[in-house]
Amino acid sequence: MARTFTEGSKAVAETVKLCRPNVIAAYPITPQTHISEELAQMVANGELKAEYVTVESEFAAASVVLGASATGARTYTATSSQGLLLMTEVLFNISGMRLPVVMTCANRAISAPINIWNDQQDSISVRDAGWVQLYAEDIQEASDLHLQAFRIAEHPEVLLPVMVCMDGFILTHAYEPVYLIEQKEADAFLPPYQPQYYLTPKNPITFGAMMGPESYMEARCQLDRALCGSARTVEEVAKEFKKRFGRFQGTLVDTYCIEGAEIVLVAMGSVISTIKEAIDLLRKEGVKVGLLKVRCFRPFPREAINKALVGVKEVLVMDRAFSPGSGGVLATEIRAALQDVKKAPEVKGHIAGLGGREISVETIINIVKDRKSVGREDRFVDLKEALLS
Amino acid sequence: MIEIRIHGRGGQGIVTSGELIGFAAFSDGKYAQAYPSFGSERMGSPVTTYVRIDDRPIRTRTLIYNPDFIIIQDSTLLATEPVLDGLKPKGLVLVNTKKSADALGLDLNSRVLTIPATELAMEALGRPIVNTTILGAFAAASGAISLEGIRSALEHRFTKELAEKNLKAATKGYNFVKEKKQ
Repeated sequence: MARTFTEGSKAVAETVKLCRPNVIAAYPITPQTHISEELAQMVANGELKAEYVTVESEFAAASVVLGASATGARTYTATSSQGLLLMTEVLFNISGMRLPVVMTCANRAISAPINIWNDQQDSISVRDAGWVQLYAEDIQEASDLHLQAFRIAEHPEVLLPVMVCMDGFILTHAYEPVYLIEQKEADAFLPPYQPQYYLTPKNPITFGAMMGPESYMEARCQLDRALCGSARTVEEVAKEFKKRFGRFQGTLVDTYCIEGAEIVLVAMGSVISTIKEAIDLLRKEGVKVGLLKVRCFRPFPREAINKALVGVKEVLVMDRAFSPGSGGVLATEIRAALQDVKKAPEVKGHIAGLGGREISVETIINIVKDRKSVGREDRFVDLKEALLS
Repeated sequence: MIEIRIHGRGGQGIVTSGELIGFAAFSDGKYAQAYPSFGSERMGSPVTTYVRIDDRPIRTRTLIYNPDFIIIQDSTLLATEPVLDGLKPKGLVLVNTKKSADALGLDLNSRVLTIPATELAMEALGRPIVNTTILGAFAAASGAISLEGIRSALEHRFTKELAEKNLKAATKGYNFVKEKKQ
């Protein structure tokens, strides 16, 4: 396994190449562009034997991978922000037809106001689309998750699309040392896709046919059961990946310094690493603080979260997206999950880092130190009061 | 951990500078992270890149507020942008200019080093692309990366011919600082 120093987008493109997708369709949008450019180059150079379909929009990109996946091809796409929203209608169809498409969402804020920088409003806004959603902490994890994503998606008991979410710019455009897997190792981990049902003139079938009141609800219930059930596959695949490659960054969740912690920060994505730095500093001051990293947001790992938070007094959730008129989305779901727990900890929600607003180590230390001043309403962190008047 | 902030203008290869410093440190056996601050950048507008080098894995993913080193590829930025903000007391500023450090008149509690990188780059490359010349100067001034590391980074990033030319530029920058020190 070679170690190199490379850009997040390049590392992801290299890993996608190792997964041998048959069909790629993507429309360039910042900050996803480098990934689709790299893959287009690989196909043009003949390094990757895939059909790269250039399309006129993200709606078309999603439609192409839907159609291709229905014929039994391994398919991949990538997008960000408005591009993901433009795909929305197709996203629901992909999961409804139980097609194992893999997508990278290079997380970016949503317009208006127009903003190209990072937050997670895009992927969070399509949380109900029926896709598995995994969030990467660093470039290595973003890269490794793609190999895992195809295994999860194509598992006969899952057959669902997987969205690998990586923070735009912070991970897509940063350079870090990364271990890149060899083709042989990738092939051993990810065998060719064996579709059970696919479109072929030899055996004509229909995908996405109409189902009336007599059966639609059951199809939706099956989708929910498959998505909930995919949690087991997410865990198994992460464990097998560890066995094979020696790298492990959590299953559904991961924890840091959570033993004996009275306060636990909960978050997703690249902010996790920065939180670890803040925790080391706070622990030196004697603050008993730990971290719960939510790696898999869909299916929502209720049990794993509850188990990790047993005995914790205070939970501080950091959301990089929110539901206007309600609050932080992760915070809301954590509160709901903790309903099952006796003596549940108090949950305080923090909305931070929207539209590229920096989340520094100090930001996180202040969230911990100022926690008593947060009430039932989720707090927008580091607001500039002068701009609000 | 060593933190470096590079200032320049769009089109001057600032993003590549960050990547090359990071790769050089990586090939020297260290951990590194390079992160360009992207925005609505275009040719000529101010651009910043951040680089961290450490002996252990780097977790912090924030901008750099208190750099140990500041590299200024375009000295006109000194008049218009807060490029010197937050420099650590015993830090180092490396400026691309024909002027001497004293002539810049920077009121700093830090070392200021100047290098006529544009002229040196013209000699080595025949083009005013200064980033690799400054890279060499930075290696000599800081000791944070080696010239050998720069060679690996250039060979990784460019074609053989371009890597050789740029190594010549980097060596010119390196020697300029070494000779100035004596």
